[in-house]
Amino acid sequence: MKDPGEYFIEGNIACAEGALRAGCGFYAGYPITPASEVMNHLSKELPKAGGRFVQMEDEIASIASIIGASWTGLKSMTATSGPGFSLMQENLGYAVMTETPCVIVNVQRAGPSTGQATKPGTGDVMQARFGSQGDYEIIAFSPNSAQEMFDFTIRAFNLSEKYRIPTVLLADAGVGHMREKVEIRDEVETVDRRRPEDDEKEFFDTDREDHVPPMPDFGGGEELLVTGSTHLGDGTRDTSSFEAQDRLVRRLVSKIEDNRTEIEDWEEENVEDADLVVISYGSISRPARGAVKKARENGLNVGFFRPKVMWPSPEKRLRDIGENSEVLLAELSLRGYRMEVERAVPSENLHIYDRLNSLPTIDQIYDRIKEVVE
Amino acid sequence: MIKAKEIKEKYIRRHPSPFCPGCGGGMVLNSMSRAVEESEVSKDDIVAVSGIGCAAWIPSPHWRVDTLHTTHGRAIAYATGVKIGNKDLEVMVVSGDGDCAGIGGNHLLHGARNNIDLNVLMINNGLYAMTGGQVAPTTQHDEETLTTPYGNPSSSFEAAEVVKAAGAAHVARWTTYHMKDLIKEVKKAIDTTGFSFIEVLTQCPTRKGKKEEMNGLEMLEWYKENTSKNENTDKIFVGTLSEVDRPELTEEIYKQIEEVGGDLR
Repeated sequence: MKDPGEYFIEGNIACAEGALRAGCGFYAGYPITPASEVMNHLSKELPKAGGRFVQMEDEIASIASIIGASWTGLKSMTATSGPGFSLMQENLGYAVMTETPCVIVNVQRAGPSTGQATKPGTGDVMQARFGSQGDYEIIAFSPNSAQEMFDFTIRAFNLSEKYRIPTVLLADAGVGHMREKVEIRDEVETVDRRRPEDDEKEFFDTDREDHVPPMPDFGGGEELLVTGSTHLGDGTRDTSSFEAQDRLVRRLVSKIEDNRTEIEDWEEENVEDADLVVISYGSISRPARGAVKKARENGLNVGFFRPKVMWPSPEKRLRDIGENSEVLLAELSLRGYRMEVERAVPSENLHIYDRLNSLPTIDQIYDRIKEVVE
Repeated sequence: MIKAKEIKEKYIRRHPSPFCPGCGGGMVLNSMSRAVEESEVSKDDIVAVSGIGCAAWIPSPHWRVDTLHTTHGRAIAYATGVKIGNKDLEVMVVSGDGDCAGIGGNHLLHGARNNIDLNVLMINNGLYAMTGGQVAPTTQHDEETLTTPYGNPSSSFEAAEVVKAAGAAHVARWTTYHMKDLIKEVKKAIDTTGFSFIEVLTQCPTRKGKKEEMNGLEMLEWYKENTSKNENTDKIFVGTLSEVDRPELTEEIYKQIEEVGGDLR
């Protein structure tokens, strides 16, 4: 673990350092481009920080073991890319259903399928939200710098612990492999899951306003029933009643929906008076912001909006923007976030700059801005 | 020996039983409970991990310990995280033959290779019972099942032999006919540091018995007649297949943390 200070490191290393600072006690993973550096770094640094590192036989085993380790009371994490993230979907849903905190890093690459392993893409945005079966909500972050790889990894751990939910760091090969200045702060705010008080005996239901029940550890004599089947507050399986399914699934969704103002995060510049707002996220948002800056320097009335948390999506803010101005969505994918933006922005106001394989230049996005404005 | 009533009160959770009449699942539950009772292990330190299928229901919800009832085939992978997460826990895996040797086969191989300190009971009834009796990796050649109406064109997977070859510390095979031997073997598994694998041939009167016109009791009789504790017969061998001393994954990981000066999180 690096001492506090400023470093010139790549995003994946910053992510690993964030995990160390957040208190990660267990990491399991499987090699995959362009995410491997997270694992390579943690294999060396996590044991020194007192955490357990294991390389598993595949990505399914990786996510399974971090869920198992989380129930022993440890903050746990895995990192992968698209092909591995696809394999993890069933067990990601298990973590949602059993309310198991864990962090899944997906350093996205160009898909579908094997695609181009070293090239960036953001085609997994919808998968992060809808990839596992059944109704659920998730929390997913979109970093656009090595610094945010560090910061958002810590926040991913914190929100995961707070809401007892798997959280996804939706990075891409652009930010994962980008090398730039990262400040490792001295003081980092960390959150631990709420353990049960003496009188709390239900670990899978609650009437609390935040909808989050307390979570005990294995080995405490609670005779825990942890199951991916529909269950009652004490963990007892109930695979047939309307009430059990309705109460559980509604609460799982409400955990995110009702706490969304605390979870949502975005940045915006000059949105209020803009004729055109460029919406972008991930590594491509860097040249996109540059293009917006150039447009304003050239007298064009253009704003910039970037979701830092993709899920839950800032849908109300997106709707406000779409009602008041034209929108240009700039993303490293044809279908990444597009449907979500289409849902909020009237089609006559929505313009697209979609790019595959590599980051565009500032001028390429600027030309598209000019085309739309004129 | 502890009385049945005491075992029931101490180890069995009150819950309507999902098992069919004559099923071997309850016998496995009984043998696990008695093995723990006879061991030095505290019930509070046991975590029972299972996947999907009839066998997965043996510990969850029935066994009165911490239980983790996971996805199909992944019990050993989940259990690996539990054991490495807290080495002081005694981790049991109860998995059917399809769960363990079919969809979960890769985790079984690597659990054995890692020689991680788990106690895996593979409850082998030779088919996918919960879904209606389809062919499994453990079904014998030519055997008729729901999905091999003309006989099994494939051949059975000898899981215990494979796990032995992959390097597990302790490998054994018993049947539900051999209750006393099974209890001793589960206790040996608990006492073993390393990957313990016990294949338990278990009767399924509903899916298999009906087809072969045998009830649960007759199936137990079949196990008696067709197994032998002597390796040099044509019968199915029951007993300990292998005991080896190899490095165990969890101990090695914790040793490394200590060696590099990590203060355990």
